Parts: sequence; C-alpha cells; structure tokens
Amino acid sequence: MDCAWCQSEIIPQSSWSNLFLLDKPALLCPDCEGELEWIHGNRCIRCSRTTPDTQCSDCLWWEKQGGRDSIQFNFSVFTYNSIMQAIITKWKYRGDYYLGNVFKEYFITAFYEKFAFLKKDAIVVPIPLSEERLMERCFNQAKMLAEFLPLDSKEVISRKDGEKQSKKTRKERIFSENPFFITEPINKSVILVDDIYTTGTTLRHTAKLLEEHGCPNVYTMTLVRG
Amino acid sequence: MTDENSLPEHLQLDDLSRQYSGKMLLRKEIHLDDSMFHQHLRDNLFIPQQSIIRKKFAYQCQRCGNQNSSLMATIPCSKCKQTHKYCRKCIEMGRVIECESLFIWGGKKPKWPVYEQPCTWEGQLTPVQQKAADRMVAAIRKEEKELLVWAVCGAGKTEMLFPGITEALQQGKRVCLATPRADVVRELLPRLQQAFQDVPVQALYGGSETKEGTAQLIIATTHQLLRYNRAFDVVIIDEIDAFPFHADPSLPFVADRAKKEQSTTVYLTATPRKNQRRKISRKTLSHVFVPVRFHGYPLPVPKGKISLSQKKELQQYKPPEAFIKWVKKRTNPNRQLLIFVPTIGLAENLKFPIGSMLKSEGIIASEKELASVHAADIKREEKVLAFRERKLTVLVTTTILERGVTFPSVDVAILDAGHTVFDEAALVQISGRAGRSVKDPTGEVMFFHDGKTEAMEQAIESIKLMNKRGGFR
Repeated sequence: MDCAWCQSEIIPQSSWSNLFLLDKPALLCPDCEGELEWIHGNRCIRCSRTTPDTQCSDCLWWEKQGGRDSIQFNFSVFTYNSIMQAIITKWKYRGDYYLGNVFKEYFITAFYEKFAFLKKDAIVVPIPLSEERLMERCFNQAKMLAEFLPLDSKEVISRKDGEKQSKKTRKERIFSENPFFITEPINKSVILVDDIYTTGTTLRHTAKLLEEHGCPNVYTMTLVRG
Repeated sequence: MTDENSLPEHLQLDDLSRQYSGKMLLRKEIHLDDSMFHQHLRDNLFIPQQSIIRKKFAYQCQRCGNQNSSLMATIPCSKCKQTHKYCRKCIEMGRVIECESLFIWGGKKPKWPVYEQPCTWEGQLTPVQQKAADRMVAAIRKEEKELLVWAVCGAGKTEMLFPGITEALQQGKRVCLATPRADVVRELLPRLQQAFQDVPVQALYGGSETKEGTAQLIIATTHQLLRYNRAFDVVIIDEIDAFPFHADPSLPFVADRAKKEQSTTVYLTATPRKNQRRKISRKTLSHVFVPVRFHGYPLPVPKGKISLSQKKELQQYKPPEAFIKWVKKRTNPNRQLLIFVPTIGLAENLKFPIGSMLKSEGIIASEKELASVHAADIKREEKVLAFRERKLTVLVTTTILERGVTFPSVDVAILDAGHTVFDEAALVQISGRAGRSVKDPTGEVMFFHDGKTEAMEQAIESIKLMNKRGGFR
C-alpha cells in the first residue's frame, strides 16, 4: 500500500496486536500522518478554536450581537496547518475524491468522542454545494464526510448558485445574505457537517434555517477549524 | 471573446489552430464559451477522445498513460449518478475523468514560419562537437526516427544542439527540447533565446509564467508534454537516463505522443542505461558518441578508498577517518570540496561535524564557508549559487546535485559510496562534476566505501572506457 498523499510505500509494523487480527490498512504513511495536527488542549466550547479561555473572542462577539445562536456547539478535528491546506486543495479543488478517505477513521473517532450522547435517530446533514460547483467537481466533500458517520444522512439543504465563500473577505461572508433554502424540515437533532469552519457563517445560515423549520437541536461538526 | 469575433473568420481559425493544434486538452483548458465550443465541435474542429480506456487488466489514462491501479481511483459522480474511474497520477494538471472527453484539434494544421538564418550564436564548436552536431543535422534532414547522442559529462551538449535546431527551423519545423528538471529549463531558456534571437521561444514547467506553449520552439519539463499530441517535428529529450524519465513509464508515453508520426527524436545522455546500450550494440538505435570534454581533457577517473569504520562513524555523525586523511593531503587544496552523502539526514547532520573538523585542520577559516543542500531545502538555489560564486568552500549534498550543475574547480568525495542510491549512472555523473573548466580541467574524485560494489566498479570501468574511446590512455 502506498501513502495516499506522498505515494511512498507504507511498511506495516508487525506487533502482537496484529499478529492474528489484521489492522485496517493505513492510508497515510507515519510521516504524513504525523504532520496532521489534532486540535487538543483548551478549546472554545462553542466553536472548537484553540483558546486559553472557555469561549473565544469571536464567539463572545457573536453573543454580544444579541440573538440566540442557532448552533448548540461546533466540533472540529484538525487545525488548518500547511499539510491540511495542501490535502484539502487537492481533494476538493483538484477533485481527488479518493483523498477524502484519508480522514475517515479520524472523523469517526472524533464523532464518538464528542457526540456519543446523541440518540441514534439524529440526522446528519451535509452542507451543499451549488449546482454549478457540483457539476464541476462531481462530488460534494461535505457529503463524503457526512457519510462516514454512523447515522442516517439526508441532503435537505440546497444552495443558490453564487460566488465561492473562499473568494470573499471575512466581512462579506459574515454579512452576506442567506444563500440556502430547505427542502424538507427535520424534527430530530441534526449534526451539520462541513469540511472547514472559518467564520461559521455558512453553518449559522443553515442552522438557522433548520431551526426555523422545527429542528430542536443543531450541532455542527467539521474536519478543520480554520 | 469580443476581440476574437471582430477578426475575419480565416484569421480567427488561424489563431485557434495555432493555439489548439498539437494539444490534447480538457474542456476547461479550452478557453471558449459553450456555444462557440459546441459550434466548433460540430464543425469537427475539436475531436473528442475517450479519456480513460479499459485495457485487458487495467484502465489507462489517455493523457498520461498511467495504468497503475493504485493511482486509478473511483468517484461516485454526482453529474452522471454513476461511479467512474479518474486518474490520480496527473490530477495536478486538471482531473481526467471517464465521463469527460479529451479534445484534440481536427482543423487545419498551422504553418510554421521558415527561418533562413535563425541562429545568432557566434561561438565555435570543437571538432568533436561539430561531428556530433553534423550527425544530428543529418538525422533531422533525413527525418530519421531516432538518434542517441552519447556525450560525456562536460562535453557541451547545449551548444552541440544549435546546428540541429537551426536545420529544423530552416525547414519550418516545430521543435521541443524536453528535460526532466525545471531548474534546467530555467537555465536553458535565456541561452536558447540568446542563440535564436528572432525565434519565439517558450519555456514550460510547473509554475512557469506562460502556460500557453504555442511557440515554434518550446523548452519544457517532460511532464509538460502531457498536454501535447502529435505536435513536434523534432523532439530532443535531455538526460533520458535520469530520474524521473528513467523511472516513470508515463514520461516516455507522453514524449512519444507529443511527436508527430513523421518526426525525429534526439536522445541526450552521458550515461546510457543498459537497455539503451543493448540497442546500441545491436545497432537498433543509431548513435553518435562524444568522448571528449569541450576543453579536450579526459574525464577524471575516480579512486576507491576503503574505509571499514565509516558505517559506524556515519551513524554517530562523525566524518570518516579515511576521509579526514584524504582531505588533509589533497594535491590542490585551493579547489572547492563537494561531498556527496546518500541521505537527507546525513547531509543535515554531518554538516557541523565536518565543518568543525575542517576548521580545526585549518582548511576553512570559519564554519560559514560550509553548507548542506538536499531536495527539501528551500534555500537550495541560493546555496548552489553561493557555491558556484565561491562564497562557500564546502558543500555537503545528496544526489540532487549529481547532474546538470557546473562548478569550475572542485574535488569530489562520496561518503558511503556503496549505498544503493549511488548506482552506476549516478556515480559516473557525480564523477563528472570534477574538472569542468579549462583553467582547472582535472580534479580528484574519491569513493569512500566499505567494500566495492558492482556499481562502483562499473562506473570506474565505463569512465576509463570513455577516456579510451576519446583517445586517452
């Protein structure tokens, strides 16, 4: 098996634990895996950003703006370091679908760590791509992540065509109009899944829609906290 | 599109044909809007080609030739609601996926200008260089299929190409010079522009300014040939024995497709690999041999030096005893010192021990005169330049400097020369770093080993043989 990222050969180490039961084959070599940076230590209880305080300055700012946050909390797995940026670029923008599998085990592990309290009937909802982007890339990276999780996933949110979020400034993103619409209300807990949490605007827009249509609790989970 | 529409139709077509003929492109690499593109498609100006085909036991990407199943992945396509194959190998240049076609030009072929006197280079070739150059000219004139130019390290290959390129341009042919490494493309561009001042020359490599590749004379990394299809009358492939051309089956595949059916391919190498030598001796590949360096002196013959303790010493990041002994009594201590090591780890960790040893022996005045380079080093170009300008006295390097670089006056040492990265071609190339200038045409080359390997013996043997063929004893 070659490393899905650097193509160098992965040499499995034998040990007592895999002598009789085979390991799941690793997709990344130990070197590349070592470069991924888990979010650990103190993090903001609302948005998962690393911070010494219980809530980060951004979340306090949101709170001060008044109004209730539609998201219970966000949980992210990795920081957006250079290898992560490179992998995501290739996976999402170059369209290397296979690379997404690299994150599968980590994403599931993180899910059990944080969302074990949820009932089995909770629903996973991926953040959609616009039709235009979907035709271009042939897959939705958020949907791929959503389907890793051991819950039912439903695509109930759609997106009007528009500019890429990543091409906008921070301000433009926060104050932009809600580009989403809902196709089916859900009356169970929902985990919204996306690849990256940057300002949280995308997730808040969709969470608000779900909430307005009768969803009791919206949580969000992303692979990366930007 | 507006300015294109304002042109008369036949000029528009000329323009398109210049831009798209000889290419094999994805839809998004063709910069036309949908209505225009579909019109051209109906007019058979663009012809769709299946992008991934199923062979007996594998799928093959028709752009890069990849058949390796681990680099051929599947994707559940949201567009077609089916799973497709796509190629992971060449994905950095845009994704090739089963449900999208590749497009080749089906319209009129462009006419390339005929130059009467394109060559503005005023230098003089040596008689040996001239002989090889004449052979190349003849091959291009007679449209021979293949010619291997076997020229020893430091023979002055680039200048030898000028008459051949001149001949091609005089016949209105299109020429591509492909080389495995971007550094070399960058270095060659100004030299070719100088030598052919009135001819448009374009350089293509990952991150190059221009991506168009529409000039008559193209210099490109072999990877960039991926976008070409039956484009060139003359293809010159530099360093066919080098990584990655030698190791990656995609590159011969794309190089082969880039040339026209009626065309001439010139291979350049200083160290032909076994299969090429076999073809030479069976006379299935015509070749011309340039046995003498441009300055007329023989190649320095490497010396093996046994150093039984070096494995242990290198493990503790100590310079080997035998190496220290040699350094102290080099015949010409004014020469710079180029030290090859097998791994990046050794290059980094040996830097300080060697530096302090050389300082205490009084060979360098300060440790600042020494640096180490390897492929992952971001300051690599800077350091190589500093060494060339003699701002550094000693350079510890991995095999990245084995070829393509010229330093005027160096002694070369290889530590752990028995390591597998030092195969015969690498050893010959490394030995070729010494004695490159007229002022100092010799140099010492030392292999420090703990038991001679076959590669070392073959390298020494083949260097001696090349000298012999060059008329030296």
